[in-house]
Amino acid sequence: MNASGYEPNMVLANKEYNVVGTRPVRHDGVDKVTGRALYGADIQLAGLLQGAVLRSPHAHARIKSVDVSAAAKANGVMAVVTATNFGPSGDKIVDVGEGPTPLAYVRGNVLAKDKVLYRGHPVAAVAAASLHLAQEALKLIKVDYEPLPATLTAPDAMRQDAPVLHDDLRTQELGEATDRGGNLAAHFRHEKGDVEKGFSDADVIVESELDTSTVHQGYIEPQTATALWNNDGRVQVWCSTQGAFPTRDTTSKVLGVPVSQVKVTPMEIGGGFGGKIPVYLEPVAALLSKKSGRPVKIVMSRQDVFEATGPTPGSHIKVKIGAKNDGTLVAAKADLAFEAGAYPGAMVAPAAMCVFAAYDIDNVVIDGYDVVVNKPSTAAYRAPGATNAAFATETVVDELAGKLGMDPIDLRLKNAAKEGTRRADGPKFRRIGCVEVLEAMQNHPHYEAPLEGPNRGRGVAIGFWFNVGLESSASISVNSDGTVNLVEGSTDIGGTRTSIAMQAAEVLGLKAEQVQPTVADTDSVGYTDVTGGSRTTFCTGYAAHNAAHDVLRQMKERAALLWETEPDKVTFEDGTFASDNGKRRSIGFRRLASKLGETGGPIVGRATVKPRGVGGSFAGNIVDVEVDPETGKTTILRFTAFQDAGKAIHPSYVEGQMQGGSVQGIGWALNEEYFMSPEGEMKNSTLLDYRMPTALDLPMIDTCIIEVANPGHPFGVRGVGEANIVPPPAAVANAIHAAAGVRMKRLPMSPPSVMEAIWAK
Amino acid sequence: MLKELTGGSTEVEVSGSTVRQVLESLESRWPGISSRLLDGEGRLRANLAVAIDGEISTLGVREAVGSDSEIHFVSAIAGGRDD
Repeated sequence: MNASGYEPNMVLANKEYNVVGTRPVRHDGVDKVTGRALYGADIQLAGLLQGAVLRSPHAHARIKSVDVSAAAKANGVMAVVTATNFGPSGDKIVDVGEGPTPLAYVRGNVLAKDKVLYRGHPVAAVAAASLHLAQEALKLIKVDYEPLPATLTAPDAMRQDAPVLHDDLRTQELGEATDRGGNLAAHFRHEKGDVEKGFSDADVIVESELDTSTVHQGYIEPQTATALWNNDGRVQVWCSTQGAFPTRDTTSKVLGVPVSQVKVTPMEIGGGFGGKIPVYLEPVAALLSKKSGRPVKIVMSRQDVFEATGPTPGSHIKVKIGAKNDGTLVAAKADLAFEAGAYPGAMVAPAAMCVFAAYDIDNVVIDGYDVVVNKPSTAAYRAPGATNAAFATETVVDELAGKLGMDPIDLRLKNAAKEGTRRADGPKFRRIGCVEVLEAMQNHPHYEAPLEGPNRGRGVAIGFWFNVGLESSASISVNSDGTVNLVEGSTDIGGTRTSIAMQAAEVLGLKAEQVQPTVADTDSVGYTDVTGGSRTTFCTGYAAHNAAHDVLRQMKERAALLWETEPDKVTFEDGTFASDNGKRRSIGFRRLASKLGETGGPIVGRATVKPRGVGGSFAGNIVDVEVDPETGKTTILRFTAFQDAGKAIHPSYVEGQMQGGSVQGIGWALNEEYFMSPEGEMKNSTLLDYRMPTALDLPMIDTCIIEVANPGHPFGVRGVGEANIVPPPAAVANAIHAAAGVRMKRLPMSPPSVMEAIWAK
Repeated sequence: MLKELTGGSTEVEVSGSTVRQVLESLESRWPGISSRLLDGEGRLRANLAVAIDGEISTLGVREAVGSDSEIHFVSAIAGGRDD
């Protein structure tokens, strides 16, 4: 709390614990701030070669031939590989975590075979004694391209006369395979009630057509992979990844080797946000290692990261919402056309799940379109698809509030989704915190604070992300000094090794620093899914919780042995085991741990989980802006982020997630976009020109954590990594409307765009 | 997206104590519906998940269902490993 009594960071806590909910120093803090933490590019191995990748200069072209002979003979070059080194893919279908996909597509994005589909698409790779020698050798590779016209947006790619990316792609139409070719990979629909009747009953209807640009996750650390294809056939990989196990599985499928032959060691990671789930470099480094007999490291440049990893889709969205004069929303319709990039799989399905999730509307229809275009193949970006969708919905709701003369939060509260509200895709919500987040926004000092001065305005918006569970494993071994070692498999991107350790500590009656967490490689811990989907603190934390209870069960058996009683007569509370079987006895955790050797040997607790009770998270924003009428520049004056965390295990890291997601959302709102030439070249592929907000651009992001416990988790946790990026572009758009009187229909709302809108007004 | 197979009905009531038995009941009444939901090996298609009473199932077609359970087939947002 500052001198005026204002709390910049609030926690509306639901339950107090001993460790959960506190703010211990993170276990990896010392290494991270002293530079000792080892990231992917830090790996050094005996005989290490450096790899470089040759990338297409064309957005769309046939590959007529690739001649690597001169490069293979160049000074210092030890290996050259192309797609031919993979062997035939045939018609094989694989699942690399995003649904069934032709193996040819997965391999094709790693090294192109017959066609290049985006500028930057990898075509060949070289391993040499130094990076400079490898880069010089790339220049000797002769690729004969037949350039083809490119298509860059979903509406253009869906036209009858659009250039076709994949001759074998057939449209999935409402769940059925068709014979229709083209660039539309899939069209699906969710329907509830009777939307035509709903609109006919409406007193007020607002509809809007909006566009969002391709944006990148903007992680500071580029992708990197080092691989050693050992003489015994085992492939070892060290990389920057959000999931060692999914990377292992995908790499094994791409290489065509058994999964048991691949070991992945996740290095510390400098940001991911979904962009480090796909595999780009690992199979290439492995092939180069196999050919050269040496370990090979490849590190992407920033330009490579922009042009050849997985940005989030640009989109074209139509939203129409109808309301009665009393503010009841009676019908809603959305058309979501998302750019998948070079291969099918745009995140339009999650967008459809989130677009109207905050509202209880009886009549809804949502159509989603997954469209391939000549841009890099898209990947997840923090609540993928939901930010695009919320930009449309929340600006329409804001416009409705204006037409109805209603307070924008009152309108949302009147129609807020609650437990039992049926979603458009079918299931009913379990316990959710939409109402609580809206109420916290309305009761916050920011909402009623005076906002004086010209060209200033305030906007609000709300967003949702459903979160996922998937699979996690953990093991805990007890040390003789009463501390424990916790081994888990979740790459730590945002402080999760500590939030997971804290959950084990809570169960064991220990302090957080008495639990030593380690993020292990794929040989050393049970299967654990990606650090993504806002699942890690929820799911791997759940595994640690269960592993801790397994430790307690075994410790009770040891106490029972010491006291010559039955284990079910032993209790554990506040760090002490006790039994009252005629004679009161007790022993602390630490003292009992010192006696393991004499009572049967080491204790290791273990657990694997695949939990069902995932809880979604709602997030909201209040933002004040000032729009310069002469330049169109929007300045963020004040920003408050609200989010339902269920239970904030470590509030500082939850606040960090909220602030980080808000900053990314603001960048998405005001400046970030792939500025593409008509030929499909990204013209701003540097961090100077792809302008992300820095600490100099923004005020402090204030936070308010709401805790509506998730009944599906022992501590009530809801994942918090993603929902916070969903509302900012809409909130900023609504604030710009309040400040300048213009409704922005395109992201980013950069100064030229805002100026054009003001002039057109 | 399946209602053209169920004569336009968006909600149907069937018997079964597991998702697999529910699918068998659906198939017996509306032939062809299983092939839209299952792959060639009798597992849920990789791009689908099943939600039972609002929670995504972790066992797919093996999940038990209660006599009053509500079952929805929804988009799978993240796959996992092969079974």
